[in-house]
Amino acid sequence: MRAYLFLICPVLLFLGGSYLLPFLGIMQLSFTDPEPGLGQYSHVLSDPLTLSVIWRTLRICVIVTAVSVAAAYIITLLWVRGRPLVRSLTELCIMIPFWISVLSRAFGWMSMLSNRGLLNTWLKDLGLIETSLQLTRNEFAVIIGMSHYLIPFAVFPLATAMRNVDERVLTAADGMGASRMRIFWQVFLPMTASGIMGATLLVFVFSVGFFVTPALLGGGQSVLIAELIYLWIFQIPQWGMAAAMSVILMLAVGGILVLLMRRYGEMAK
Amino acid sequence: MTKLHPGRLATLLTALVALFLLMPLIAVVPVSFTSRRYLSLPDGKYSLRHYQALWEDPEWLSSFLTSVQVGVIASLLAVALATAFCIGIWMLRPRFSGLMTGFVLLPMVAPPVVSSLTLYFFLKKLSEWNSLIAYDSLGGVILAHMVMIVPYAVVVVMVSLSQIDRRMDLAAQSMGASVPTRIFGVILPNIRFGLLGAFFLCFLLSWDEIGVTLFVTSVETITLPRRMWMGLRDNVDPSIAALSVLLILVVSLLVIARALLLMRKERAAR
Repeated sequence: MRAYLFLICPVLLFLGGSYLLPFLGIMQLSFTDPEPGLGQYSHVLSDPLTLSVIWRTLRICVIVTAVSVAAAYIITLLWVRGRPLVRSLTELCIMIPFWISVLSRAFGWMSMLSNRGLLNTWLKDLGLIETSLQLTRNEFAVIIGMSHYLIPFAVFPLATAMRNVDERVLTAADGMGASRMRIFWQVFLPMTASGIMGATLLVFVFSVGFFVTPALLGGGQSVLIAELIYLWIFQIPQWGMAAAMSVILMLAVGGILVLLMRRYGEMAK
Repeated sequence: MTKLHPGRLATLLTALVALFLLMPLIAVVPVSFTSRRYLSLPDGKYSLRHYQALWEDPEWLSSFLTSVQVGVIASLLAVALATAFCIGIWMLRPRFSGLMTGFVLLPMVAPPVVSSLTLYFFLKKLSEWNSLIAYDSLGGVILAHMVMIVPYAVVVVMVSLSQIDRRMDLAAQSMGASVPTRIFGVILPNIRFGLLGAFFLCFLLSWDEIGVTLFVTSVETITLPRRMWMGLRDNVDPSIAALSVLLILVVSLLVIARALLLMRKERAAR
């Protein structure tokens, strides 16, 4: 029995001490800094500037989630159901970006979209524009960069759902004379709904706490929640506010995850 | 019976998505050959100065070494902790094992910025007591990375444990093997590839880690992603293009090699 305790306990102690305990400290700060009470929470949820950041985060995350899941659905379709050669090629297109660091990918979009970047240079060379288009340091760039990061994550739950589709059902629909489009919209798509739901929740959860890509591609012009927390710690120290915002974020994400697990739990039954 | 394959429309749309996914990776290549000091395309003059800068600048080298050190130490410790935990759960199947596993996976599902704030708070507090594991120190970064990668190690080790035959362990037990013998003689040899995979994944995650690292370091301990961030934030430094090209090249080669290996295996299996 003692031997088992030596095995299980170290990691629990490690995470308890260096993760759970400090998080409880953060929670405590959110109720006590600068003054005891719920002041920080009411400030976070009533200050117009903070509210505009929350609102922008939600808007951007919804758009990014929709774009990522739609794009992922298309590419997953070919990855799972394409001919062998197509399958290998799409797999490379998914896996190579997936393993490349978030910084290199954000930098790639900077090279693509910035004033002296590829796109502006080409458009100028073609004589389509006179002055450079402002494509970075705005919400557009943030949405592009975040979607690019999150597409591969949406692929995995979708692929699982698509692999589980019973081939015979499709053959039956085909045999009864349904057109390819109709088979897709009325048979295949509904049968992969659980994967779409999973991918949507997963991508949304990831996007809400996103920091690096918005900070780099938004250039301080479109601050999201995560960057706001960073600013509250390192620029204008307001620990209580940062703590309160973190607790709210944690609760929101926790809620979504519970939803996700319930859904998958039901499916498992 | 012929399988229904996606049609032309789906193929066309996929090509667009694939282009979107690969575009930024290709865009860094010309930028890395610019002869100027800022982010731009080479106009006729190609230069290798930014690759040279990577090679000659001692700061890039020291960050590279810091990242390797942090990655190796944090991954080894994380895999060790995770393996012990998983074996314990696997052998004992204690009550609340679901709850305990959920707790260990917490840093993986929590929003990264919340984990970052938590670890920053923790290391700031530790700094008041010691300087070994403290804010902006090597020990501090290693600890922060361990917290973030332990859940991934747990997932990988759990999966590989679930694939071994429990009867082997029961046989060893019934023949009187002690717990250490069962662990080192039976279980560990059977999950060695899982452990290797867990280490590899942990190292990659630590190597790329930037969110938490930004919060827990400032000027003393600068990992490679942290230095990239510094070069991206203020005046965009084309050395990062050169570095990105190298990183993208390595990743692409590894992914392609893996794909080819799998294809060969599949053919051999047929």
